[in-house]
Amino acid sequence: MGKQHYQITVNGEPQDVLAEPRELLIHTLREQLRITGPHIGCETSHCGACTVDIDGRSVKSCTVFTAQVAGKEITTVEGLGSPDAMHPLQEAFREHHGLQCGYCTPGMITRAYRLLQENPSPTEEEVRFGMAGNLCRCTGYQNIVKAILAAAAEMNASKEAAE
Amino acid sequence: MIPARFDYHRPGDIAAALAILGEHGDEARVIAGGHSLIPMMKLRMADLGHLVDLQDIAELRGIVVEGGTVRLGAMVTQAELIASAELARAAPLVREAALQIADPQVRYCGTVGGNVANGDPGNDMPGLMQCLGATFHLAGPGGERSVAARDYYEAAYMTAREDDEILTAISFAVPAGGYAYEKQKRKIGDYATAACAALVTMEGGRCTAASIAMTNLSDVPVWSEAAGAALVGTNCDAEAVSAAVEAAKADIDPTEDNRGPVDFKRHVAGVMIRRAIERAVSRA
Ligand SMILES: Cc1cc2nc3c(=O)[nH]c(=O)nc-3n(C[C@H](O)[C@H](O)[C@H](O)COP(=O)(O)OP(=O)(O)OC[C@H]3O[C@@H](n4cnc5c(N)ncnc54)[C@H](O)[C@@H]3O)c2cc1C
Ligand code: FES
Ligand code: FES
Repeated sequence: MGKQHYQITVNGEPQDVLAEPRELLIHTLREQLRITGPHIGCETSHCGACTVDIDGRSVKSCTVFTAQVAGKEITTVEGLGSPDAMHPLQEAFREHHGLQCGYCTPGMITRAYRLLQENPSPTEEEVRFGMAGNLCRCTGYQNIVKAILAAAAEMNASKEAAE
Repeated sequence: MIPARFDYHRPGDIAAALAILGEHGDEARVIAGGHSLIPMMKLRMADLGHLVDLQDIAELRGIVVEGGTVRLGAMVTQAELIASAELARAAPLVREAALQIADPQVRYCGTVGGNVANGDPGNDMPGLMQCLGATFHLAGPGGERSVAARDYYEAAYMTAREDDEILTAISFAVPAGGYAYEKQKRKIGDYATAACAALVTMEGGRCTAASIAMTNLSDVPVWSEAAGAALVGTNCDAEAVSAAVEAAKADIDPTEDNRGPVDFKRHVAGVMIRRAIERAVSRA
């Protein structure tokens, strides 16, 4: 089977990509669509640097074929906020030094986004358990956890203010 | 790490999936969550010409608790097992074990059917299903049949399932009594160095039923009939629990690998079995 057309939506934009069935989503995103937020850390399903959101689930995009996600909605870190309008999680990672080299950060933030959608007021332990699929070689995790808890508080406060 | 080429199919029902498997024979493999299969394909350790994606088959989904029986569709994910309040009430042991599998990302994708069908001794659900006395339901060209979880595993990656069969569902009686799943792993997200599932029923201070099964301590999951028998009729005091631990350890056959030498694994197994039994008794 040669290349096939697959329709996917990435960060709200419909995309028609031409890919062999064996193409992994991370390669479609990075090499075809030039969406380079999701990183390749390990290629062996362990590090979570490639995490994206697919129809409301955090998924390691190195462990899914583009063919499997045809018809689905994908969100990467680029879809959460922009340098001018950062997502509260992005803001909190900056504020609380939730990164050093930054390699794990797009995966961390994308995963943390889904965690807070499912559990808007997590305890520290719940954050650690919920982030267990994302590895960081630099920070020691302390400030990542702090940033996520701060973002949760900020998101809850602005939700209340809006009501 | 790019897998070899294959043709991709996404059938909409079991009959269509079986037809593709029938047409391509052992060239074809089904894919569920893909979190055991895709890593193997990337390493070129799984060789296949046709990949049959089960994600659109509605018949393979759903958790049903009815008339004292739990039925899990093969495509139910580990995250769905954890999220189901109904399942947590009927069989909290399943949730306790699912929470100890891999990490959140893997659990959103990995399915219960893929976990038990895979045949990797490191998978946690096979031992769990043997503890529960579950039945696996298979559909093939000749119709449907069922196989007891305790009879399903032949050797690593060798099971009672034929190449042209699909595992459609898992069912088991709502378990009674206390439960526990205890797992030792090198780090979060890892497969077990040793793990043990236990179910213990106590009536008037006496154990009336017990089921003990273990993960990654042989090339197949190990259900220890002798360990259960060592508890039944006792009050599950320290002496009885020690006898059960020794009986369970007599049934395992661990091999040396990157999780440690045989003596270490036997030691860790003993600790996990004891913890699982003691916690199940405390909840019984
Ligand atoms: C980093 C990481 C850590 C992990 N840690 C653990 C762990 O601690 N414990 C654990 O148990 N697992 C672990 N896993 C494995 C994970 O749980 C898998 O998702 C699971 O083993 C297989 O389920 P799947 O749906 O992904 O199956 P797939 O990968 O899609 O399939 C696995 C095999 O089963 C076959 N198959 C799948 N569904 C069916 C069906 N319905 N009928 C017939 N055959 C079928 C496939 O053909 C394939 O051969 C880990 C995986 C990763 C990547
Ligand atoms: S690159 Fe996907 S998990 Fe590491
Ligand atoms: S900031 Fe460097 S890997 Fe996490």
